[in-house]
Amino acid sequence: MELDRDKCCYCGGCVGICPENALELRETALCIDGERCKNCGLCAKFCPVGALTKDENS
Amino acid sequence: MKIPDYDAVVVGAGPAGSIAARFLAEKGVKTLVVDKKQEIGTPKRCAEGINLGGLEKIGIKPDPRWVTSEITGSTIHSPGGGKVVCKFSKGYVLERKIFEKHLAMDAIRAGARYMVKTRAIEAIKEGDKVTGIRAEFMGEEFTINSKLVIAADGVDSKIARSAGINTTNKMTDYHSGFQYEMAGLNLEGHDMLHLYFGNEIAPKGYVWIFPKGKDVANVGIGILASQSEEGNRARDYLDRFIESHPETFGNSSPIEINTGGIPVSSSVDTFVMDGFMIVGDAAHQVNPIHGGGMAIAMKAAKLCAEVGAQAIKEGNVSKERLYEYEKTWRETEGVKLQKLFKLRIFLEKLNDNDFEKFADILSEEDIIKLTNAEYKSLFKTFARKAPKILPLALKFLSG
Ligand SMILES: Cc1cc2nc3c(=O)[nH]c(=O)nc-3n(C[C@H](O)[C@H](O)[C@H](O)COP(=O)(O)OP(=O)(O)OC[C@H]3O[C@@H](n4cnc5c(N)ncnc54)[C@H](O)[C@@H]3O)c2cc1C
Ligand code: SF4
Ligand code: SF4
Repeated sequence: MELDRDKCCYCGGCVGICPENALELRETALCIDGERCKNCGLCAKFCPVGALTKDENS
Repeated sequence: MKIPDYDAVVVGAGPAGSIAARFLAEKGVKTLVVDKKQEIGTPKRCAEGINLGGLEKIGIKPDPRWVTSEITGSTIHSPGGGKVVCKFSKGYVLERKIFEKHLAMDAIRAGARYMVKTRAIEAIKEGDKVTGIRAEFMGEEFTINSKLVIAADGVDSKIARSAGINTTNKMTDYHSGFQYEMAGLNLEGHDMLHLYFGNEIAPKGYVWIFPKGKDVANVGIGILASQSEEGNRARDYLDRFIESHPETFGNSSPIEINTGGIPVSSSVDTFVMDGFMIVGDAAHQVNPIHGGGMAIAMKAAKLCAEVGAQAIKEGNVSKERLYEYEKTWRETEGVKLQKLFKLRIFLEKLNDNDFEKFADILSEEDIIKLTNAEYKSLFKTFARKAPKILPLALKFLSG
């Protein structure tokens, strides 16, 4: 997953939807655990501002 | 860093966590609250509306330091521009950042300890039993041992998941929320909450205007996550709504942006395990119809703390002992939220025309009954005035 830090409003909403528990919001920084992420795209679909984009190459 | 052992560790200093901490501390339980934020309450993920009953139930008196406006009801705006005005008992729009700090201060005065900028990483387990948490403060990691861990960590809900309870939201039971707090508004009726419905306005959700005074309000939207897509996200819908109402928004500007996820499943399947309890948004304890969660979270937190404190005193924090909290909740609040969950599914089946009809035939009392999950008398109204909707209503709302 790609995160656009300029768009992210650090709400953690995506954290609560990730089936792999691959996301974590540390204060204002959203962290993606690349080893857990299965690139399912749910977080990207959910994000109210479109700050996440699915990795097209994986 | 060496942290002493505690009777109870609460993860999260939101409304659920601070109320749980206050009631635990009042019962003499040695309690620590950790929150990953360096400033409790900020940023807010909330439209800040609450009814008076929600505060009174946990013994909190409205305080001018965190009340911005008094509300006397809500105006429901149908897709075609119709209005239904519902006057209900008194409510408030809060300054939630200040409110949350006051909840924390009250808990501290009752004897609880707090750590901010302190992130719980995971629950520590011995076999099936939770015995504490691993946490981090300013880059240093440490463990905190406790007889009981209460996960009040909001929608992130990572601590319950680390303990082995699945609290992940589903796209069909989760709202994607976006909001501007705005000033310079031209508000009509600033003692009312305004709710706007319609598929073009907010698919399977609604737009809200919650006034914080004469010309200031939280202007936001929640849409079902499954409806969110590029170009049609919560933010896109809200921007279009604002643009189409220049009479209200023409001279206004945002003073904050807030986003967030809202669980609308009515609850997770399990609230307790050995040495562990979940409360608030982390347990999806939110009204599935309007997404309000503060009052429900605080009421559940009081119950959670009462059972937890008693269990600690008895020296038995087993899953079976703590289940009293879950059982009592499910038999009371849970019943209502389950019914409202069904109402949510029913409303999601209605198209704009149905909705228009709905707004047309229902009286103020009917709508108040609906929001209180009392459906019986409504079937008669449907049978008489909207026979086409009746089968759907019976299917989803009876029983
Ligand atoms: C856009 C929007 C509008 C809303 N409007 C309303 C409304 O008008 N009225 C209403 O009643 N409700 C509203 N809600 C819902 C309401 O905000 C929640 O139901 C409420 O905040 C739940 O309280 P809580 O204590 O369970 O969780 P939260 O308030 O989310 O608190 C959780 C706390 O835990 C902390 N935390 C999380 N993970 C960790 C960790 N690992 N370690 C340490 N700390 C952690 C967080 O920093 C946070 O402080 C709205 C929600 C949204 C998103
Ligand atoms: S949902 Fe979007 S805005 Fe919120 S934390 Fe995730 S990426 Fe950022
Ligand atoms: S793409 Fe799927 S697995 Fe990866 S972070 Fe997003 S929700 Fe989680």
